[in-house]
Amino acid sequence: MFAGCAFLAALAVAFIFCFLAWFSLPLFSGGRLAPLFTWVWNPMQNQFGILPMAVSSLMLAATAMLGAYPAAVGLCFFMHGLGPSRLAGPLMSLVRFMTAVPTVAYGFVAAILLTPLLRQTFASGTGYCWLAASMALSVLILPTITLIVDGRFSNIAPGLRTTGEALGLSRSQILLHLVLPQSRRALIAAAALGFGRAAGDAVIALMLSGNAARVPHSPLDSMRVLAAHIALVLATDSQSEAYASLFACGLLLFAVIIAVNAVLRLLDRESSGGPGSRG
Amino acid sequence: MISKAKALVSILLALAILLVAGAATAAGLDAFSGKSGKIDIAGGTAHIPVMKEAAKRIMQTSPEIVITVAGGGSGVGVQKAGEGLVQIGNTGRAVSDEEVAKYGLVSFPFAIDGVAVVINPKNSVKELTAQQVKDVYEGKIANWKDVGGDDAPINLYTRDEASGTREVFWEKLLKKGPIASSANVVASNGAMKTAVAQDPAAIGYVSIGHIDDSIKAPLLEGVAPNQENAASGTYPVARKLYMNTKGEPEGLTKSFIEYILSPEGATIIEASGYIPIKK
Repeated sequence: MFAGCAFLAALAVAFIFCFLAWFSLPLFSGGRLAPLFTWVWNPMQNQFGILPMAVSSLMLAATAMLGAYPAAVGLCFFMHGLGPSRLAGPLMSLVRFMTAVPTVAYGFVAAILLTPLLRQTFASGTGYCWLAASMALSVLILPTITLIVDGRFSNIAPGLRTTGEALGLSRSQILLHLVLPQSRRALIAAAALGFGRAAGDAVIALMLSGNAARVPHSPLDSMRVLAAHIALVLATDSQSEAYASLFACGLLLFAVIIAVNAVLRLLDRESSGGPGSRG
Repeated sequence: MISKAKALVSILLALAILLVAGAATAAGLDAFSGKSGKIDIAGGTAHIPVMKEAAKRIMQTSPEIVITVAGGGSGVGVQKAGEGLVQIGNTGRAVSDEEVAKYGLVSFPFAIDGVAVVINPKNSVKELTAQQVKDVYEGKIANWKDVGGDDAPINLYTRDEASGTREVFWEKLLKKGPIASSANVVASNGAMKTAVAQDPAAIGYVSIGHIDDSIKAPLLEGVAPNQENAASGTYPVARKLYMNTKGEPEGLTKSFIEYILSPEGATIIEASGYIPIKK
């Protein structure tokens, strides 16, 4: 039953990849691909460079992770020993509730409250920028990361606490030296899922990042990521070169997420074999 | 007492609805009486209010007819009509020669919609010339004081390349001139309104039907941007809204298009904030 479901899911992913590859196939012939891997997107002047969007996607996902990942792991520490245990339940409920909030709600609230705040605080730019999108995305992916790490912690922390306390370790020592090293695999899985979600999200980036098609020079600059770019260009003349380039964008996004997953897998494999690595 | 008054109001309301429905049956809708079938409509978002109202009136008098109305944007309208997924595909731009060649589309313009430059209501600028707007969007003028406003940097907002609003603004006001790559890109008329209403230093452009108290439209070359001036040609930045079919329309689809182009269709178009085009 479960194997069947897993097989179906894998098949769906394979189909999506084949679909993308099939439709981008015309791009690989007759030198149509080279113009896409350039730095200027200006369809009015027949320039279809998608590199700024690819770089922006990576930058945005990276900074969103920078905000969310330590916060999520910290939250797990807090719920499993560092904080008062009566707060753990309500905090977990809050995190679960956060997973149910639709992305467009985060985007809308941030567009109304966060962007004017950024504009007034820094007195430069429009407020629609890398920083705004990054902050909202951090909030979006925080529960994803927290739930995975918490799942592992819940399994092993109670047992390890007994061991640790018998050895005379403090609560923070138990978490840092016993629980954390034994959660390596969960930490890696959480990073892969969190990054994938951040890189693939279109709505928050579309609503908050400003969408200027160029690489930002400061966190207050406008940027456009691949997913938002696809959403923006999808409605153009379906026979145009701009439309055709979207399949390359989709393929690139797919490749980026697969690459990140592969790297994390590799990290996981390198770490396995040693003691305490069964995460 | 209150409940009696409420009951009276509801009765009056019901009567009013019956009267309106009765009046509507009298003209234009005869073509649909006794017929049955389905019309699917998709595409441009500016068209939706007109299509929905027309569909409602037709379905009320001829319950055997089902009409669905979806959005998706002009590109989606072309594609779905072309692939035969819907009978009518709406566009806020003329379909391209390539699209006509590929799908054999026939276009029916039915309304005129002006596009106006908009600024924040706090902005003291009351009038702009076409050249000033062009220079602002090119990035040559970057401060409001250079066009008679306060000393503040200008924040540029533009629309995505798929936007019919952008197309008419770019062709008729910018004369196909460049738009600075730093400009923020928003994905709909509604999003543009929100952005400009919040940002005191913003300049953007929207469909005239969308202008309300939250944003301000300065005079352009001394002409007030409103639908009357757009229809008379005094205000030059205007576009047509189109219905498109694959080949010459037949049966119900033909009746629907004729209804939109009829005098009763014209009242619906006017009520939605656009200027009807006579057949």
